[in-house]
Amino acid sequence: MSRWQILPVAFGLVLVITAGTRAADKSNDFGIPQVATINEKIHSAWEDYGITPSPQEMDTVWARRVFLDILGRVPSVDELEEFSRDRSADKRKKLVDSLLYDSKYTEEYARNWTTVWTNILIGRNGGTDNNSQVSRAGMQKYLRDSFARNKPYDQMVKEMITATGANTPGMANFNGAVNFYMDKLADNGVQATAKTAQVFLGMQVQCTQCHNHPFNEWKQEKFWNLNAFFRQTRANRGQMAPGEDNRRAFVLANNDFMGEGRNIENAEIYYELRNGLLKVAYPEFLDGQKIPTNGRVSQVNRRNELAKFVVESEGLPEAIANRYWGHFMGYGFTKPVDDMGPHNRPTHPELLTYLGEEVRKNSFNLKDLIRWIALSEPYSLSSRITRGNELDDPTVGEPPKFSHFYLRQMQAEELYESLLVATQAHKTRGSYEEQEKKKADWMKQFVTAFGTDEGDEATTFNGTIPQALMMFNGDLVMDAVSTKPGSFIHTMAKEGDSGKEAINHLYMATLARRPTRNEITAANYLIGVHKGDTAKALQDVFWALLNSNEFILNH
Amino acid sequence: MSMTPQGMTRRHFMSHMAGASAMVAPAMMMGSAIQANADELKKRGRSCIMLWMGGGPSTMDLWDLKPGANTGGPFRPISTAGDVQISEHLPGVAKVMDNLSIVRSMSTREADHGRGRYYMHTGYVPNPNIEHPSYGAVIAHEMATERSELEIPPFVSVGGGSVGPGFLGMSWAPFTVNSNGQVRNLAMKGWGEQTMNSRLGMLSMIERGFVDQNRGPAAADHAKILDKTVKLMTSDQMKAFKVSEEPEEMKELYGTDNFGRGCMLARRLVEAGVPFVEVDLGGWDNHQNIHATLKDNKLPVLDKAMSALVTDLKQRGLLETTTIVWMGEFSRTPRINGNAGRDHWARSWSTVVGGGGINGGIAVGATSSDGTRVETEPYSAEDVMATVVRAMGISLDTTFTSKNGRPMKIANGGKVIKELVA
Repeated sequence: MSRWQILPVAFGLVLVITAGTRAADKSNDFGIPQVATINEKIHSAWEDYGITPSPQEMDTVWARRVFLDILGRVPSVDELEEFSRDRSADKRKKLVDSLLYDSKYTEEYARNWTTVWTNILIGRNGGTDNNSQVSRAGMQKYLRDSFARNKPYDQMVKEMITATGANTPGMANFNGAVNFYMDKLADNGVQATAKTAQVFLGMQVQCTQCHNHPFNEWKQEKFWNLNAFFRQTRANRGQMAPGEDNRRAFVLANNDFMGEGRNIENAEIYYELRNGLLKVAYPEFLDGQKIPTNGRVSQVNRRNELAKFVVESEGLPEAIANRYWGHFMGYGFTKPVDDMGPHNRPTHPELLTYLGEEVRKNSFNLKDLIRWIALSEPYSLSSRITRGNELDDPTVGEPPKFSHFYLRQMQAEELYESLLVATQAHKTRGSYEEQEKKKADWMKQFVTAFGTDEGDEATTFNGTIPQALMMFNGDLVMDAVSTKPGSFIHTMAKEGDSGKEAINHLYMATLARRPTRNEITAANYLIGVHKGDTAKALQDVFWALLNSNEFILNH
Repeated sequence: MSMTPQGMTRRHFMSHMAGASAMVAPAMMMGSAIQANADELKKRGRSCIMLWMGGGPSTMDLWDLKPGANTGGPFRPISTAGDVQISEHLPGVAKVMDNLSIVRSMSTREADHGRGRYYMHTGYVPNPNIEHPSYGAVIAHEMATERSELEIPPFVSVGGGSVGPGFLGMSWAPFTVNSNGQVRNLAMKGWGEQTMNSRLGMLSMIERGFVDQNRGPAAADHAKILDKTVKLMTSDQMKAFKVSEEPEEMKELYGTDNFGRGCMLARRLVEAGVPFVEVDLGGWDNHQNIHATLKDNKLPVLDKAMSALVTDLKQRGLLETTTIVWMGEFSRTPRINGNAGRDHWARSWSTVVGGGGINGGIAVGATSSDGTRVETEPYSAEDVMATVVRAMGISLDTTFTSKNGRPMKIANGGKVIKELVA
């Protein structure tokens, strides 16, 4: 008891035993030219601003980052131990390559990026409403297959822009890629237009539907020229296999477009200026490239033509480089990552251009892109802010310089997957579909829709009281810390002797580090409180670890 | 360090962990003394309820009708208890209109949902380098010292997402609940106080260790939220959320839909001393078939709940201290489009304010005969916010400092709409 009373005093004295190693004078590029260029260009900005980067993060904590950002979960203790045992100079490269290319990680890699991209393409609410045309399962099946095969990104974009076929797995002519445009075709495809530009090209054009953009160069005319590419596109009711529910079965098709002037040879569309005047628009890409105006699909398939423009554009590789940089570094070169253009200058324009060029040169191989970023020096730095880089603080609106790692909340899905791994419950999971269904049900509590036609939404997961309550008392955490026979803790308590090993294990499983001396003392005290009931003490420690900032923050 | 002296460290960690009755007792005494003074404190305290109309409602069809104009649509105006006319499909609101006023000369520039939602909630246009605090965060922040007895979150959002606390930090984030007032995971499952104390002690240590490593504000923010969470879990005040305990006739009065229940919950929360509650009613993005949707669906729901809220607050003597704001992110085009809908429009539209500190029953400003232009002094999001803030007795000289050290005036320096505030 007396020991607890002095604990608040001890708080200030928690020893820093996890201090990282000093960054090498010459940063390691692992012999990868793209990594070398990233390091060089990031360094040069540090020099311009007189910034000294933080030291490198310790190996296991860095590994936790890589697992979270590439596979969407924390590493298991076994995985951390295997990594720690490796003494070679290029162990970090080996780990990244293993997560990307080792077949034992293929499914998890595909699962994580399917989650990330499902949220980008159709949102966390997409396909959950009863009136939705989207089959969430269909979207996910398409993405999962694509990521499992590491399909080149330009091919995925082309497949989604040109997609035709049925939305739901099990239907004849199933093509999950159609789900991107489902629910986006109302009002003559305004959402399809806006989202194509935003997601693939990093251009926010939705405002220009009604007027010239107040802050950037996009004109209303451009929006409707782009929109004209979607006028052959129709979502029709489809047919499920006999006996199955038909309500959500839809088929995306291309139909001949008569044109609003009723002349199919020259199928034009009209849009309204603010003053009520009507203007005419024809399919024309954002850079001014045009296609013939015939509305017959057999003559001109408008979405096929659009896909060619998008895939050839400079914007596509730069937008994906920016998006992935933001995924790994916490901040993109622009904020937000999908609003690029002269009105929103990137923080490192040369590097962004370079990465865009490299993405295209390397055939839009997303795993290459991930490898370059994950092995770069800025990604390897500690999140501890030092004297030399305290000015590099994007949370106050400073453009990021990437001189230390930026803390961020785990995504809700990452937390879910991490809890399964930390408790080894992932070894006894059900089928992929069952798992995703369970996760989706759990996710619902954190998603709020805004009640607009655009289906925009917010998550309440991000560091709020409901999130803290879920971690305190929610079923997921209760199950994780259960002491029932057969549970993770029960098993550990049975195997462990004094509990010391088990405490170490819990720290590695959650925080990827060993406990400090004070933390060991505190944990031992709890074993005393529970009169030697190790399982109960472990439960308290595990609960505390899972609820800590150090666990929920990718750091 | 974020674990404030009033917070977990003292009340819920140190004292409980120590198990020392000498330390627990003062905390309990303090609690009961506060209870005794609660009513007195509440009288001084003002609150605000925002009725947020997600999607952008067509204010020409609700508050500023243009019968006979080619843009006017089919709805007729009716007289009200105030000196204004409103839509025939808001007969209940008409009866309490002496407590509410219409600003008919709103003129804004943000006609995109995300941008408009941000602008109307904060008084600032979106800026990639800074996040501004929304109404709820600003008001909760300003009322905080006065509501030191409040253990539940000072900014509650019912059934919607609202807009966040920006540079004021996660402590002022909206606490989001559904209209049933159910707070998930509130109850400790099968673990008593002793266990809670052990766990919080251990947690506090890990939490502190990480904060002390200087890894940025997210670590400390997390600790603050934990503190608030513990407070909330152990607070009697949480019963304010139990909207199901209302009598049946009260439920009938508000309407049994989500919005009605949400408004009833808002009243309960205000009664408990919560300074800001936002209740969301979405579905106003009527690009198609607007008048049927309004008449059959949106307006009956709004009418019942909004009129019940005003009536109920008044009966309880709370209307004098509760300011009401009704608005969406923008409005809809005067011109009716080819799908019998109206599209986004921000140039000329209306908001409604009323209750505490606001002169009721009047319309401020006017639009042209077809509704396409504001013909009197135009008002902005900043102006409405300044008016509400002033009505609540908060000084417009209040200045915040953003994270990069820039001074930011409350309500972005908006001007008070003088007809509305005595």
